[in-house]
Amino acid sequence: MEQALVNGLVLGMNYALIALGLTMIFSLMNVLNFAHGQMYVLGGFITYYVCTSLGLPYFVAILASIAGLAVVGLVFELFLFRPVLQRSAREESSMLLAAGTATLLESLILLFFGEKQRGIPPVVSGVFEVGGAFIPASRALVFVIALASIIAFMLFMRYTRPGRALRAIAQDREVTALQGVNIQRYSALGFMIGAGLAGLAGSLLITVLSVNSGMGTSISVKAFIMVMLGGAGVIPGAIIGAFVLGLAEAFGYAFIPSSMTYLIIFVGLIVFLIIRPQGVMGKPWG
Amino acid sequence: MNDTKSKLLAYVAFAVLYLVVVPLVFSGSPYALGVFSMSAALSVIALGVWVTFTIGRINLGQAAFALIGGFVAAICITRLGLSFWIALPVAGLVSAGVGVLLGLGILRLRGVYFAMITISLSEAVRLAILNGGSLTGGATGITGIPVPGELSLFGLVLIPDFASVNTHRAFYFLSAFLLLASILLVWRLMASRLGRVFASLQQGQELSQSLGINITKYRLIAFSVSCFLGGIGGAFFAAMQQSIYPGSFVVADSISFTLYCFLGGLAYVAGPIVGAFLLTIAFQLLHEFQQYQQLVYALLMIGIMMWLPNGLLSLRLPTFGGRGSASREVTRNEA
Repeated sequence: MEQALVNGLVLGMNYALIALGLTMIFSLMNVLNFAHGQMYVLGGFITYYVCTSLGLPYFVAILASIAGLAVVGLVFELFLFRPVLQRSAREESSMLLAAGTATLLESLILLFFGEKQRGIPPVVSGVFEVGGAFIPASRALVFVIALASIIAFMLFMRYTRPGRALRAIAQDREVTALQGVNIQRYSALGFMIGAGLAGLAGSLLITVLSVNSGMGTSISVKAFIMVMLGGAGVIPGAIIGAFVLGLAEAFGYAFIPSSMTYLIIFVGLIVFLIIRPQGVMGKPWG
Repeated sequence: MNDTKSKLLAYVAFAVLYLVVVPLVFSGSPYALGVFSMSAALSVIALGVWVTFTIGRINLGQAAFALIGGFVAAICITRLGLSFWIALPVAGLVSAGVGVLLGLGILRLRGVYFAMITISLSEAVRLAILNGGSLTGGATGITGIPVPGELSLFGLVLIPDFASVNTHRAFYFLSAFLLLASILLVWRLMASRLGRVFASLQQGQELSQSLGINITKYRLIAFSVSCFLGGIGGAFFAAMQQSIYPGSFVVADSISFTLYCFLGGLAYVAGPIVGAFLLTIAFQLLHEFQQYQQLVYALLMIGIMMWLPNGLLSLRLPTFGGRGSASREVTRNEA
């Protein structure tokens, strides 16, 4: 019981990184980033590559993964989403494009990193015991890094100039542009941050759960669940959704068969959305 | 009127070509007939996705309904011992029924929310079937489904037992019939008052509601047609492959169905059919590129959105009129 709670919290904290990135991209550009799960997987593979093949320390790998994904995000935004969004206001267009980038990323990951399941050994050893639950030090480390990153992200969004600009764009694009904010530059920044967060989550969770090239879609689906639960485009909503899912998953895995767990989560989600379509904190119709 | 006539002419021409010419040309190649049958079944399923597009919803849950259809048919045939000819409509109706039940809730969602919930639905149904125990066979699915038997009415044999004739050709004609019937159904639907109501839902449902249109009812009608077609396609698949697994239709398939619609063109009933045939046949021809299928799909999706946002059918001979009206179509369709 306590063990499931601890696992759920560690999972939830990392899921929060994924959900925050997705919700950030969504609120800025009204684009549902289908490739988010694949970005997470790429982050995991970059970490694996830097740690294992290059033999560099884990912290270097984390930075490499964040930087690598930020570049991917920038390329996607500059060369794909920007021209398409400018030309077509139809929601379907950006959505198919996003699905295309997801498939592209997945097949490239498969070509470059192969189809093997990859993980890296725990970075630190040792086990803490808190109130009857065992917490491996590596999970505690992952939890602390994720927590610190989320706090840093929230502070950045709250108190810095770029953070304010990003929030303003999410609220009202036109008015923000009238205030002299360079929308294009900040959209690119937002996409980079969102992708970077997915990369960070990937490099943190690879020490706990290994990655393979085909798991991107299921991660994306998880991210969608979190965002739908909390409300799309709302930062606290994403965090709430992430913890609800993380805990539900951990408790489910502890007590019932794993595929049954997700079935129950899906049914619960559909029932919840029938009662409250905009999620816990979302505005109606995003 | 002239437009309707020329469309009817095109339909009849296509029917003749597809029912007579293609089977004659490829009569010696069961493999080619199989590819055509598969393309036709995928077209039927994608046509359903297209119908949900007409009410302004992006349906990424069609794999779920194809799976439901496939499993309902398989269960009817293998567990209940029913004939395929009963199982096929039952599969479509059960799919449509599930669609109505779910649609009551999820059709209230719009835009990305609807896309997200339907993509979750694809995954949820797969898991439900995986956990279906002995009814669905779990991960191994249902195999060894017998081919469709004889269909006779008052002693008159309408359709012979598939096992007693050339099975590939029989499945080809069955798929051709399903395809032609689905096109007719959807085309008729779009030309009727219903079609115009659907278009009004896509363009501004508040306005249609203020004019006294029961939007919930019409959204459900459109969605149930979509799920029905998905179920029929899935049931055909189960019969043709003689097996069905939880992994037969997954999220990636849901996305492919949408891609077919876009590749052909969202403004045309024939759009999803052109898309489905083109991609399915192209991959059979480029057999050695099979491992790059995903990459090619990805580049196609991106390429279409970058350079051909209205699909292949929007391509006209280079006259300014044709292009102009196509681009006006886009601005009008903006939801």
